[in-house]
Amino acid sequence: MNRVSAAGAVMDVDLRDIARDVLHLAERRGAGQSEVAVGESSGFTVTVRLGEVETVEHNRDKSLSLTVYFGQRSGSASTSDFSKVAIEDTVRAACSIARYTAEDPHAGLADPGLFATDFPDLDLYAPWNLEVSQAIDMAAVCEKAARDEDARITNSEGATVASYSGREVYANSLAFLGDTKGSRHSVSCVVLGSRDGGMQRDYWYTSARHPEDLESGERVGRLAAQRVVRRLGAQRISTRQCPVMFEAPVAGSLLGHLVGALRGPSLYRRASFLLGELDKPVFSPGIRIHEQPHLPRGTGSAVYDAEGVRTRERDLVSDGTLAGYVLDAYSARKLGMVTTGNAGGVRNLILEPGRLDFDGLLKEMDTGLLVTELIGQGVNTVTGDYSRGAAGFWVENGLIQSPVEEFTIAGNLKDMYKKIVQVGSDVDMRGNLRTGSVLIDDIAVAGS
Amino acid sequence: MTDSLVLAKQTLLEPGGLDESDLDRVLGRLAHPDIDYADMYFQYARHESWVLEEGQVKNGSHNIGQGVGVRVNSGEKTGFSYSDELQLKALTEAADAAGTIALRGRNRTVSAAGHDAVTVEPVYTDSDPIASLEDSAKISLLERVEAEARKQDSRVREVIVSLSGVHEVVMLVRSDGQMASDVRPMVRLNVTVIVEQNGRREQGSAGGGGRRDYRYFSDRLALGYAREAARQALVNLDAVDAPAGTMKVVLGPGWPGVLLHEAIGHGLEGDFNRKGTSAFSGRLGEKVADSQCTVVDNGTLPHRRGSLTVDDEGTPTRNTVLIENGILKGYMQDVLNARLMGVGPTGNGRRESYAHLPMPRMTNTYMLGGGHAPAEIIGTVDKGLYAVNFGGGQVDITSGKFVFSASEAYLIEHGKVTKPVRGATLIGNGPDVLTRVSMVGNDLEFDTGVGTCGKEGQAVPVGVGQPTLLVDELTVGGVQI
Repeated sequence: MNRVSAAGAVMDVDLRDIARDVLHLAERRGAGQSEVAVGESSGFTVTVRLGEVETVEHNRDKSLSLTVYFGQRSGSASTSDFSKVAIEDTVRAACSIARYTAEDPHAGLADPGLFATDFPDLDLYAPWNLEVSQAIDMAAVCEKAARDEDARITNSEGATVASYSGREVYANSLAFLGDTKGSRHSVSCVVLGSRDGGMQRDYWYTSARHPEDLESGERVGRLAAQRVVRRLGAQRISTRQCPVMFEAPVAGSLLGHLVGALRGPSLYRRASFLLGELDKPVFSPGIRIHEQPHLPRGTGSAVYDAEGVRTRERDLVSDGTLAGYVLDAYSARKLGMVTTGNAGGVRNLILEPGRLDFDGLLKEMDTGLLVTELIGQGVNTVTGDYSRGAAGFWVENGLIQSPVEEFTIAGNLKDMYKKIVQVGSDVDMRGNLRTGSVLIDDIAVAGS
Repeated sequence: MTDSLVLAKQTLLEPGGLDESDLDRVLGRLAHPDIDYADMYFQYARHESWVLEEGQVKNGSHNIGQGVGVRVNSGEKTGFSYSDELQLKALTEAADAAGTIALRGRNRTVSAAGHDAVTVEPVYTDSDPIASLEDSAKISLLERVEAEARKQDSRVREVIVSLSGVHEVVMLVRSDGQMASDVRPMVRLNVTVIVEQNGRREQGSAGGGGRRDYRYFSDRLALGYAREAARQALVNLDAVDAPAGTMKVVLGPGWPGVLLHEAIGHGLEGDFNRKGTSAFSGRLGEKVADSQCTVVDNGTLPHRRGSLTVDDEGTPTRNTVLIENGILKGYMQDVLNARLMGVGPTGNGRRESYAHLPMPRMTNTYMLGGGHAPAEIIGTVDKGLYAVNFGGGQVDITSGKFVFSASEAYLIEHGKVTKPVRGATLIGNGPDVLTRVSMVGNDLEFDTGVGTCGKEGQAVPVGVGQPTLLVDELTVGGVQI
């Protein structure tokens, strides 16, 4: 039978050998330094809609990307073809580009003194030995739970079970070689409800590195259905200024905008609303945002970054004060600083939860808006201007009153971060940016 | 045989030792009463990009991707698998994996009876854009664009210019005997300018491109992008807070057509309508817009970013009327959804790559021109917003709620365009926003070739266009209450 074990490591040639060959080829072509990432992953996605299989997708991907340095000039190239000819072509392409690029005093590999030397097992790899037929059954159970949850669930976009695992080798010409395996599995469900001619759609999902850490399919289905039903009959709201509580699953985006403004390129291009704010109060006092790259089984966990630099636990924001940036070796050199081990991004960024749970936070707000969905890209990292479409619920006396939609919330992030009143204890553990619900005072709401 | 088919076979089949009879044999493995349709999509894409920053090209990149996706449809079921190896063994394995959706451990060989190549006049050149200019000339172009942006104003602080090109060759072999190939160029030039005045910083960006080669970027065009990016950034230095609430909104011509893409376009894609999940489901023949509004999706416009000679299922693209004089006329279809809805495909079956399943997607979506001069339209507004440039947008196709975010907008006071306002998101309801259009301009324009649409995680290039429009009631997400 068609057993879809996502054990991506089954291959003809070892990725380490490919990486070493590439570095060797680059050196022979005269590159003073070079670095390469070689990866392979495989998996599957199955979707069941209205009780029937809708799609079965098998995935198997490879990638190789290389950067070479000739003195301070660099060139990059990548390919998905691991044949000898393709690899040689890729090395040649990278070297050829480096002939045309300019000397950049900040270019080059990271300082070898910063490379990871310890490689603790963070338990990130657990392939799921699941046959396609079993995955289909799981998806069917999930979707059935959603459709059985409430008579107002009238349609479905299906339930999906997906599993991927893979391996990536990063190596550079300063003798660093890292070899990491990882897996990710998920169950998700999207259903629709209707009432009085109006339709609403919502979803829920669970995602984990180990299959046994997933929520049950039934629970995912029921939550998806409940999230749809509560939105039925949504009305518009009039334009006003009021407190807004971002429900945990959407509150992570506030951390995403922070990271966007603290990334090296935003800073050295002077394209960040947080330029010059290091060591200054940026959030309300008491707010702590820390990065925990070594969490066992964590979504974003990694021992070393995309340049081989060891990752470390640290505070990005401490008691409301901006304590660091998000830098790789290049941007750090440009800023006259030291890399923070964030080539490739932040890893498990956590907004420290407060004591109040979801209901407690609603009570704390008393009267205002609970936002459960945000749409659009209306965030300007240069100025901090924020204006996004939203949907959610009107809250009075700490209790949800009615669903509302077709409004925007707007402000400036510099101001919004300082107006965070409380962070809930209802932390959404699924993503790389983790937070509970976030209550912010006094935001402009544009509606009817 | 067409030129593109010759090139496709040379690029996609011959290096791996494949020939047409191999493809027949693989498709033959999928011949089964339960299988309605199967196809194999071969793709080769070479991509390069150059970025200039701080006056210097600091890095460039080059990527080659190739592979084949095999898809099998049985009723509403789809099986899909792909391989990045263009060889018989990998292709056969992919076909068998995709076929398990309908087949159970069988292995029957049926030879398909030859293929008819789809022949249609290409809507763009088949030359490789990456080879259309020497690398040194690409860099000199970037440098001229940078210098032009810098000389606009002493407040210009940073200029980032990027140039990219794609040479793509695709070939489709289908179980119904059709075969198609396409050679697709794409180029793009983009300029971002950051300006600073008294500690306040603003950003502007402009650019363009299309299915052409690099010679499209004449100095007249390319330096124009530089001036436009600088102008937008400088305008925003003086911007005041945007108003909050529902008001009259005049949308400028061209790129603001992202309104149509979000509010109307996605909701008219065949998959959502077959499943009944769109706010437009079951509404064919109904009035969904003011009678001045006619909206089409047209993949045949020569050289445009959203255009295709044939779509990613081998169907020739066409001009599909979505809304005619306010009446909902049609949906955009791929092969699967057309078959299940009992209609014909419209040339809208698109996919990001061989490793993705095709689905109904837009090409170039635009509203035809109307009868009003733009100045006349603005002149009728006593108090409102004039929005001329946008970032992205998004839609919830089920509730119909859509947003799009203005990056350059002005207040209209007493029929005159006055102060610039800070960026703000506009939100509305797709099925009724066009019923609130009260004036349609006579100045239809297309965007400059910058749009990318995302759906279910797949990105494809698209175009939009529209004339100046007056929407009587749209919610503006500013902060000024």
